[in-house]
Amino acid sequence: MNEEARIGVYVCHCGSNIAGIVDVENVAKWAAEKLGHRGVVIARDYKFMCSSLGQELIEKDIKELGLTRIVVAACSPHLHEKTFRTAAERAGLNPYLCELVSIREQVSWVHTDKIAATEKAKAAISGGVERIIHNVPLTPLRVPIDKSTLIVGGGIAGIQAALEIADAGYKVYLVEREPSVGGHMAQFDKTFPTLDCSACILTPKMVSAGTHPNISMLSWAEVTHVDGYVGNFTATIHQKPRYVKTDLCTGCGICQEKCPKKVIDDVYEAGLGYRKAIYTPFPQAVPKFPVLDKPNCTYFQKGTCKACEKFCPTDAIDFTQKDEYFDVKVGNIILATGYDLFDARRIPQYGFGRLANVFSSLEFERLSNSAGPTGGTVVLRDGVTTPKTVGIIHCVGSRDRNYNNYCSSICCMQSLKFAHLVHERTGAEVYEFYIDMRTPAKGYDEFYQRLLEEGTHFIRGKVAEVTDAARLPGEEGKLIIQVEDTLVGKQRRIPVDMVILSSGLEPRHDAKEVARLFGISCSADGWYIERHPKLDPVATMTEGVFIAGCVQGPKDIPASVVQGAAAAARVLGRIQQGEIALEPVRATINADNCSGCRICNDLCPYSAIVFHEDKMVSEVNPALCQGCGTCVAACPAGAISGTCFSDEQIMAQIEGLLLLNLKQPEAAVS
Amino acid sequence: MTDSELFEPVIIGFTCNWCSYRAADLAGTARIKYPPNVRLIRLMCSGRLDPTFVLKALSDGADGVMITGCHPGDCHYLNQNYKALRRYRLLRRVLTQLGIEPERVQLVWASAAEGLQFAEEVLRITEEIRAMGPLNWPTSQNLDEYFDGDGVDAPEKMLVPEEVKS
Repeated sequence: MNEEARIGVYVCHCGSNIAGIVDVENVAKWAAEKLGHRGVVIARDYKFMCSSLGQELIEKDIKELGLTRIVVAACSPHLHEKTFRTAAERAGLNPYLCELVSIREQVSWVHTDKIAATEKAKAAISGGVERIIHNVPLTPLRVPIDKSTLIVGGGIAGIQAALEIADAGYKVYLVEREPSVGGHMAQFDKTFPTLDCSACILTPKMVSAGTHPNISMLSWAEVTHVDGYVGNFTATIHQKPRYVKTDLCTGCGICQEKCPKKVIDDVYEAGLGYRKAIYTPFPQAVPKFPVLDKPNCTYFQKGTCKACEKFCPTDAIDFTQKDEYFDVKVGNIILATGYDLFDARRIPQYGFGRLANVFSSLEFERLSNSAGPTGGTVVLRDGVTTPKTVGIIHCVGSRDRNYNNYCSSICCMQSLKFAHLVHERTGAEVYEFYIDMRTPAKGYDEFYQRLLEEGTHFIRGKVAEVTDAARLPGEEGKLIIQVEDTLVGKQRRIPVDMVILSSGLEPRHDAKEVARLFGISCSADGWYIERHPKLDPVATMTEGVFIAGCVQGPKDIPASVVQGAAAAARVLGRIQQGEIALEPVRATINADNCSGCRICNDLCPYSAIVFHEDKMVSEVNPALCQGCGTCVAACPAGAISGTCFSDEQIMAQIEGLLLLNLKQPEAAVS
Repeated sequence: MTDSELFEPVIIGFTCNWCSYRAADLAGTARIKYPPNVRLIRLMCSGRLDPTFVLKALSDGADGVMITGCHPGDCHYLNQNYKALRRYRLLRRVLTQLGIEPERVQLVWASAAEGLQFAEEVLRITEEIRAMGPLNWPTSQNLDEYFDGDGVDAPEKMLVPEEVKS
């Protein structure tokens, strides 16, 4: 024990958040009395410790009472540890001599028994006091920030982020898994609520990103491995072979014209149209270079053809290309990998994939797109018949405990857009089946009003079934939508020619693996978790890794753009600082105690421990060490110590939590 | 009321900074209630858990220990929770050899999103340890009580249960 420790204990009321359950005054009094012999000089309670007055109180005590250690019992350290450490630093104390003890998230908010909660708060503070006796002053490690940024995902959020950073003058690597950037937005015809053409507003941005001198666009590529830490990441990128030499290709499109192999385009055309075996997904694709789809290429499968090679005017086709792997060094990473559409086949009673004229929302997007397979004509699956009545079903796979509990947030507006487009293109009667109408953003409710005026029928109720089994006159040859109209209070059967399922959004099928790759976490639904749901929506718990767009949760285009720009702003802030202070949570090896057994060497996930053959001892590289502490726990000689979480600190905290420190003076007296 | 219902166990919980501590935070933010018997210690990773921490907690008066970490494969430090799992298995065998119910020490995975699951696990473990009763780890103090201070026939008292003696 440090004999000179002069400890201040500060107990926060947090309004009534803590004080409503924990008797904070009693706790502070108790700490002053019972922990006095452990070095507690002063214990105070205060309404809001985090307020500037609360912080000033601590600063004043440090100066006037000569405190050398501070324990603040308040909310989770994940919220305010930094606040109080900064306050301590302002008063001249090393920030790591200040500890936060959580008595809100872990006591007052989770317990109802006031006496038990108060006792637990005392134990927590006692643990904090014992622990802080063993805290030592630390200095954060400062590391330089690499000025390049890796952006994963070339949808609108990723493009926005890339342009913001590149325009500010810094290098960006934009990695896209598909042959072209653009993402889902490139598949849409119109965007709600303004009905401006999606391609018209997106493609200029795609071109800017593709031609920007600061952006390296790596399409048809994926990130396979990430090493390092904030400011100094190394990402391994897998460039899939295009079988087209990008330095020679002019994007003339002759290869696509001449390729004899037609393939159903499941990705871009949602299975409604064809592409060739060598293709660009759409005419405005960026980059302009086509991709050869090896499993569908006649040459690769049968050994003859090479039509593309024969006709290519610049000899750009190269059948010998191989997978390439290369590393890029970046300081920060933005993940904007987007979403997958809910597969409506999972709800068999809606008939998607079974009843021909049931369409998914993406299929309808392509059907209504003037560049789509029907040139923008809305027709039934037979390709010729114009529907006279159309039913649009909301919340397919969303707000449904059988599939996803959450609201996908875009489907109401998307459905209204579909209704408008059906009206405009076919003059058909449109029925919308909704649970609740959610139109919360600028101009959205006005759009809903417009649709009401256009004569769309709105039926409030969850659709039970879509069937082709006619029962009543007028139902023959139609799809019948069975629904409970909750506004009228009765069951209805509505015969229509076409059904559009407004499917919800889901995390990418490989979102979990990607999260692991970058060391971040997913929510229970699979969306990536932001650092704070309100105040830090684009940062993650992993320093240097940011998220933008639908990867964080369902959102519309404006919100995705906002997040792309926000993530870029955060990264630019980092780059401009030039260097970053890393938490000094590190392992160090005492060479005198190291027996050279090398057990720790293999345990380190970052290969941060090197073994010196000459001295027969191991050593930790502090820049690579991330501070997990596994080696500390494993060293049989106890030669490794971990700062911030040393054996002494944890052992002392255990004693404190079990209130052993209270028994000792009594034993000493008797 | 039986003794086990009256008994309030003290449990020390070790949480990892990235997943389970945040799960505990989330349980708080969502106001999910759980018994106040668990007192948490934050570690950076479940891999930091030195088995002596567990023995220290038990020998200092805890009736049980709850170890929590990220789900396998989700470790913030790539795979250190697997190392925690290995140590945990070994530790449970050691506890058995020491005559301590290995169920007093439990390893639980909780992601940052699993506040509800975290609370449910605390409840489950608290009730299981409550049912087991106090650990009564022999310390110098309670050994004296046990031996009535004389210490002469201590081994006999320790080894032979009361009902057999009478």
